[in-house]
Amino acid sequence: MRAPRKSLATAAAAALIAAAALIALPASQAAAGVTPRTTLPIIQRQVMCVTCKIPLEVAESPQANLERAYIQGLINQGMGEAEIKRNLVAQYGPTVLAMPSTHGFDLAVYLVPLAVVLALIATVLALLPGWRRHARERAAALTSSRSLSPADADRLDSDLARFD
Amino acid sequence: MPALACLFGACVVALLVYGLTTQSPDRTLDELVARRQYPLAPNATRKLPVLGGGGQRSLSSLEGKVVVLNFWASWCEPCQLEAPLLERAQSRLERYGGTVLGVTYLDASTDSESFVRKYHLTYTSLRDATGSFAHSYGTDQLPESFVINRQGRIVAISRGEIDEAFLNHAVALAESS
Repeated sequence: MRAPRKSLATAAAAALIAAAALIALPASQAAAGVTPRTTLPIIQRQVMCVTCKIPLEVAESPQANLERAYIQGLINQGMGEAEIKRNLVAQYGPTVLAMPSTHGFDLAVYLVPLAVVLALIATVLALLPGWRRHARERAAALTSSRSLSPADADRLDSDLARFD
Repeated sequence: MPALACLFGACVVALLVYGLTTQSPDRTLDELVARRQYPLAPNATRKLPVLGGGGQRSLSSLEGKVVVLNFWASWCEPCQLEAPLLERAQSRLERYGGTVLGVTYLDASTDSESFVRKYHLTYTSLRDATGSFAHSYGTDQLPESFVINRQGRIVAISRGEIDEAFLNHAVALAESS
């Protein structure tokens, strides 16, 4: 989105309105006797600021404050996480969710790491027999290099016999 | 084995290139309009909910009218600047059977409705909740406006804040056709 040129006064006013809403809404919720099923920090971690394109929990902008106030309103109505997220998607579209969708190109986010892990496992499985064969051959070569020739064996036997 | 690794690497690179090309905005409409080939407005039959209730409407329901299709959101500052211009254009277009049609995008309906009340907008606005309608017009920034003639073809595009000249073009088109 085109970078909005907010005046400092407008930004401060929007922040104040959002802050006032955040303070006032829990009071109205208590008055209504609704038990909240989730909290703002929990939801903030899972959604994006749609205009700044960063997670809402780190976003500092008038629009982010409006989103927070909107979410707090839904929490105060007693909505759970899934219901709030559905509501946010209906208002702001699927891009409001921090997690990529499981459709279209976004599916690659889930499939590529899986494919990489499978490729690594396949590579190890393919190379493992070769590594084992090489290890066996090396061990066999080492053993054969340490074995005594018949002449040396005879000399060793005769030397040992002298100590008997 | 090295061949397989190369193939896998090539697949990952191809996926990245595909991702970059599909995620960037489509400018096919702009190119066609620049060549005076005037493409049909995409997704014209797609029904979208009317902002403030009142069911659903599609662009094709305005067939035979000159339409200024305007994508906007309440948080977008240039949209606030051009809203009075669009409202004036609406009253001029109405005389010739034309209209402005707003489409909100990435905006909470309550905020959009407040915007409509604040700027006394009389033209209809639809809600594109998924953003797919906007994307079919190559829209990824706001505001963006499209002049659609009586035959349902896009004849002018403004990617950014509109001015009087752009709207005069739309009104002239409505007058002449």
